[in-house]
Amino acid sequence: MSNQDLSVVIGLEVHIQLTSLQTKLFCSCSNDYRGAKPNTYICPICLSLPGSLPVLNKEAIGFATKLAIALNCEINHKFWFYRKNYFYPDLPKGFQISQYNKAGGKAFGDGGQIEIRKNNHKKRISINRIHLEEDPGRLVHKGSITTSPYTLVDYNRSGVCLIEIVTEPVIESPEEAREFLNQLKAIIQYIGISDLELEGSVRVDANISLKGYERSEVKNINSFKEVERALRHEIIRQKNLLKRGKSLTQETRHWDDKRRVTISMRSKEFEADYRYFPEQDLVPIEIEENYIDNIRNILPELPNERALRLQREYLLSEFDSENLVLDKNFADFYEQGVNIDPSFGSEEYKQYCNWLMNNVSGWLNDHNLNLENTNLNPRHIVDLINFITQGRITSKIAKSYLKDMMEGKSVSEIMKWRGKTRISDKKLLREYSIEVIDQNPKIVKDSRENLRAVEALIGKIMAKTKGQADPEITRSILMDLLKKKRII
Amino acid sequence: MKFYELMGYELIEKIKNREITASELILSTFERIHNTEDLFHSFVSFSEETAVVQAREYDLKLKKGIDIGKLYGLPFANKDLICIKDFPTTCCSKILKGYKPPYTATVIKHLNKEGAIHIGNTNMDEFAMGSSTENSCYGPTCNPWNTHKVPGGSSGGSASAVASGQSVFALGSDTGGSVRCPASFCGVVGFKPTYGRVSRYGLIAFANSLDQIGTITRCVYDSALIMEIISGKDQLDSTSLDIKVDNYREHLTKSITNKRIGIPKEFFGEGINKVVKTSVEKAINKLESLGANTVEITIPHLDYTVATYYLICMSEASSNLARYDGLRYGYTSRDLEGDVYDFIKHTRSEGFGDEVKRRIFLGTYTLSAGYYDMYYIKALKARTLIKKDFDEAFKRCDCIVSPTMPITAFGLGELLKDPLQMYTIDILTCPINLAGVPAMSLPCGFDNNNMPIGFQIIGNHFDEKTILNVGYQLEQELNIYRKMPIIKK
Repeated sequence: MSNQDLSVVIGLEVHIQLTSLQTKLFCSCSNDYRGAKPNTYICPICLSLPGSLPVLNKEAIGFATKLAIALNCEINHKFWFYRKNYFYPDLPKGFQISQYNKAGGKAFGDGGQIEIRKNNHKKRISINRIHLEEDPGRLVHKGSITTSPYTLVDYNRSGVCLIEIVTEPVIESPEEAREFLNQLKAIIQYIGISDLELEGSVRVDANISLKGYERSEVKNINSFKEVERALRHEIIRQKNLLKRGKSLTQETRHWDDKRRVTISMRSKEFEADYRYFPEQDLVPIEIEENYIDNIRNILPELPNERALRLQREYLLSEFDSENLVLDKNFADFYEQGVNIDPSFGSEEYKQYCNWLMNNVSGWLNDHNLNLENTNLNPRHIVDLINFITQGRITSKIAKSYLKDMMEGKSVSEIMKWRGKTRISDKKLLREYSIEVIDQNPKIVKDSRENLRAVEALIGKIMAKTKGQADPEITRSILMDLLKKKRII
Repeated sequence: MKFYELMGYELIEKIKNREITASELILSTFERIHNTEDLFHSFVSFSEETAVVQAREYDLKLKKGIDIGKLYGLPFANKDLICIKDFPTTCCSKILKGYKPPYTATVIKHLNKEGAIHIGNTNMDEFAMGSSTENSCYGPTCNPWNTHKVPGGSSGGSASAVASGQSVFALGSDTGGSVRCPASFCGVVGFKPTYGRVSRYGLIAFANSLDQIGTITRCVYDSALIMEIISGKDQLDSTSLDIKVDNYREHLTKSITNKRIGIPKEFFGEGINKVVKTSVEKAINKLESLGANTVEITIPHLDYTVATYYLICMSEASSNLARYDGLRYGYTSRDLEGDVYDFIKHTRSEGFGDEVKRRIFLGTYTLSAGYYDMYYIKALKARTLIKKDFDEAFKRCDCIVSPTMPITAFGLGELLKDPLQMYTIDILTCPINLAGVPAMSLPCGFDNNNMPIGFQIIGNHFDEKTILNVGYQLEQELNIYRKMPIIKK
């Protein structure tokens, strides 16, 4: 078997900052350090000054409980935080307060899973564990890390709460990894524990191996989008090494997102020994069953539950509903919109969904915007669908309204405005008509057999006038001209 | 009458009754320090100016009838590892040279609120690692009873300051005996509360599961008074417990008739100096004469305590001291060869003393992959057994008594070359920290060279009041607590 056919085994460690917390994990400094002047969101605790002690932010336990329930993890009822010891300038204590699932330690939650779509069936990605830990500070370089003449340290981030989600090594392709992360992102958005759009709120480490060979761990992937790219690169790198008869070694690699390559950091023999042991400045954390139940009871609807409900209530297909729920803002927009017009039925529900998922979503992608950054009003899509149904505008024209609708304009406003700028000057339209008849002899000829070819000529005039020509006047002028030429 | 011969509670009465002023007391305190400090070297830094100003303010307030708290301007010395805002706090280590914390420890806040006046920080073994106060970057402290001897440690400066009348009381910290050992060697009262009784916020950690702030005073009454002030739950220390603080002073005068005094036979074994043993036994007889009953109890795992204690405290220390990397505060190496790891190495190699390095090495080793189960986990298991020993013992008695130290103060330099021997003298104090229970050392006599002998009383969890009660009764009966070293210049 060629090594190009070797199957791939991937496990992910996803670190998410709980940006929705008010304060850091072990002190009362603000969590919202982005954009702040360096080293202004610090105190003796997160700067780890001698004699300071951590005090647990109980809200973080609530957030982790929400995620554990959403992922179906088994929550551990009693655990210690552990110290992970290593030296680095961004780590002011010389250790990170984290959790550990060995040496007597326990994770926050064990097990759990996320279902992803794979071709036409579902695949379950098993989760090994989730745990809480503190974020270190941030190193700041001038330009690239290798050429910067200095390193600055900003401790504003030091002590911000992270939750780590570790999957089992069951992901078989970069696409599956992307699917998994999309689902995870949706769950986090629904339970509201983090805003993953914020820069630096996500960091992923990936373990990748070709079946039967040593694995490498790729660290420092700083966005979900980069993960797929980094994985593709690493798989090709490993396969190329094998192709050239080289062997693969267990090593830690670093994803350089500027150059889009992975770089070796250290091999296994230099693997750090973190000397994990219990953090006894904190008392053991105890989580009671009824605390978990209370959180379960207030947990909002999750994306998979919502997809099922959308299938039930709006008769959407599995595919459509699952796509729609991936972004909570889209799904909220959808439900708000389709409920505005009581006359809406399954046909309109589907149309509305298509409009959102194809046209709106496509437009947003092209313009690199999010729904929240626009002034699009759910009611305006309702109007648009109704106008189309009533034959007042064509789908094509409706699409050309999107740009204005994103600015908050209503459909009738746009129509009115377009009407004003419409070209109804017969002399001018006559000139355009003569021009297109001269330039398109084949279409003209066709119109002898098929009157619909006239529409094509109108389209040409529309293109020349950027859609501003009055279609009715244009049509009558064209018909006149064609008749005079005895073509029709 | 000399101020330095008086107990804290007596000085408070005099200020309260306007016989003396807080300023007079502070000035005489510094006069005493200036006259004696070159003999003992108890202090590493002073806050003379602010102390004098504060005393004046207190006097003004008193004149106007404004309440200044229970301590009425009483001076105190602080061990050099409890943080005071903008005051140098260095753990007597070169690595914290010049470090001034931007915040104040909870205990200090409690004392300030009750009108105590900080006069300076006292000498100690670097990062509280030692039993002789010889491991200080500022040089050793001498025992006021004999300046050729050590004061004990690690809170040796605090004990020597109180014993010599330089300070009315002092704070110390006790991880394996660091308050009780110097109290024993210097003939003063050292109190180590239950783990979780006093906030550790602002106490620079040596071994955080064992460290506890304690007091050093001339008499048991003063200990009870200060303990009432510094005890209690602190939101900033998750390990402090919300358990009611008793009015300890009320309990002092209670009768100890029928109190059950546990005598652990292992604490009177072979390694105990005969004179020490005899003196402690005599004190036990006094307790019996006061109506207490003695019960023989057993702490079967005592033999394992020194090994257990050192494994745990070194492991924790290796991690607690990792933050001293020269990047943010304290000592910074001038050697900038190499990368950031080299810089951290240079700073730590130059900044830490030998004993601290030894413990960091050993602690790092015992936490390392492959050794963790063999050493650290095993030590935790042994610790559980030792705790159980005490739990069992306290089913049969109200408090336990023993010598504090197996010996009296030894000569300066005598044990420096033998760290293992230095470790073993903690045998009677460190099990108390492993169990987390409170204990006190008070003087019960003198050896043939007129060196003080310490008597240890151990209580059950959060039962400080019984220790203080029994201790007070014994102190009154022995009536040697006013004896001070004769200071020859």
